[in-house]
Amino acid sequence: MLTKRIIPCLDIKDGRTVKGVNFVELRDAGDPVELAKVYSDEGADELVFLDITATVDKRKTLAELVTKVAKAITIPFTVGGGISTIEDVKLLLNAGADKISINSSAVNNPGVIDQMAREFGSQCIVVAIDTRDMDGIDFVHTHGGRKPTLLKTQAWAKEVADRGAGEILLTSMDHDGTKAGFANELTAEISSALSIPVIASGGAGTMAHFKDVFTFGKADAALAASIFHFKEIPIPELKSYLADEEISVRR
Amino acid sequence: MKTAVIKYNSGNVQSVLYALERLGAEAILTDDPEQIRSADRVIFPGQGEASTAMNYLKARKLDQLIRDIKQPFLGVCLGLQLLCEHSEENDTECLGIFPVKVKRFIPENSQEFKVPHVGWNELEHLADNPLLKDLPDSRFVYYVHSYYAELSEATIARTHYIHDFTAILHRDNYWAIQAHPEKSSKVGEKLLSNFLSL
Repeated sequence: MLTKRIIPCLDIKDGRTVKGVNFVELRDAGDPVELAKVYSDEGADELVFLDITATVDKRKTLAELVTKVAKAITIPFTVGGGISTIEDVKLLLNAGADKISINSSAVNNPGVIDQMAREFGSQCIVVAIDTRDMDGIDFVHTHGGRKPTLLKTQAWAKEVADRGAGEILLTSMDHDGTKAGFANELTAEISSALSIPVIASGGAGTMAHFKDVFTFGKADAALAASIFHFKEIPIPELKSYLADEEISVRR
Repeated sequence: MKTAVIKYNSGNVQSVLYALERLGAEAILTDDPEQIRSADRVIFPGQGEASTAMNYLKARKLDQLIRDIKQPFLGVCLGLQLLCEHSEENDTECLGIFPVKVKRFIPENSQEFKVPHVGWNELEHLADNPLLKDLPDSRFVYYVHSYYAELSEATIARTHYIHDFTAILHRDNYWAIQAHPEKSSKVGEKLLSNFLSL
């Protein structure tokens, strides 16, 4: 049986993890390779690296990091953040990334999804959608959720799937950071309407939230950051909880 | 002991090379027929589209080379599908090492079953085979694919998604696996190290 995936997300700046990581067993909590290895050994199903490096020349650092990660871990990983061209994708895939995630560049130029899917295959193109509820309507946002667009989230999700995205990473800006649970209704609506997998993100606070997003939310995978980084929810514990709740997980 | 990894226009061969490196194997990425022929074993990785890959192989006469090879040979993902007889993906005649047809997953209920089949799923009904020796108890491997090989006499492990399909094939010196062992944690490492000691 295909299992539901648990995906820790690491924010990377200039080759280091940021946004706080508190892993007691690490020598250096800022080293993404070391952290990736811990997650991989603990049973994370995949990893996502989100590069928030501001400048273009520091991109080379990212490619070098991707190679180090690829050599060290035995599970798939996705790299996202500021990727806009075929060249960017080629560089990161050749460095060893399994998938890349695009966000603003897809909104600005939707044709890039078709292009990337044709060139590299849908399986390695994840489209990240940041969404926020505005007076009862869900709108796509860019720039880390700060800038609203006129795109309605449900329609955009369908469009990116039609254009060849292999997966959707759906982040609810309304839920992100609240630890009050995932956006289950919206996730379910999008996941049911599409034939590609949906990764839910934003709002994880308890183990029950993961169960809810896999059942009510119909998510194929769930992503979280700080609750894993601060060991509030250790992955092995989360997986035994989900297994007890009859959710299929890899152990 | 040298392992040749066949270079063709498929994505993500890098991760196969890194996995071999982790296992301490000497591996080269090559499309040179002489290097492939003289290697101790050969890995045929793959990700991408079947007809484009077949055309690429034919243009470089690698199709005949693969059919003639005598040493242990491992197809991975698209590599498995190309070793079969025919793929529904753009109606492609494949290499025909395994008399097996490759079909597209068609979910009856698209809410429950999505295509591609992405994620960790289990190897089941394992045959007694050197490639499957001493696998860990947890037999989850990582899949990303929209097409699958039908069950056949050459099937030595199955996986269930929508229905049972071929997870691993074996015949003579040819083995092939639909999942990505290079991305499948300890199980994948064991499969690769078993292949390296064939």
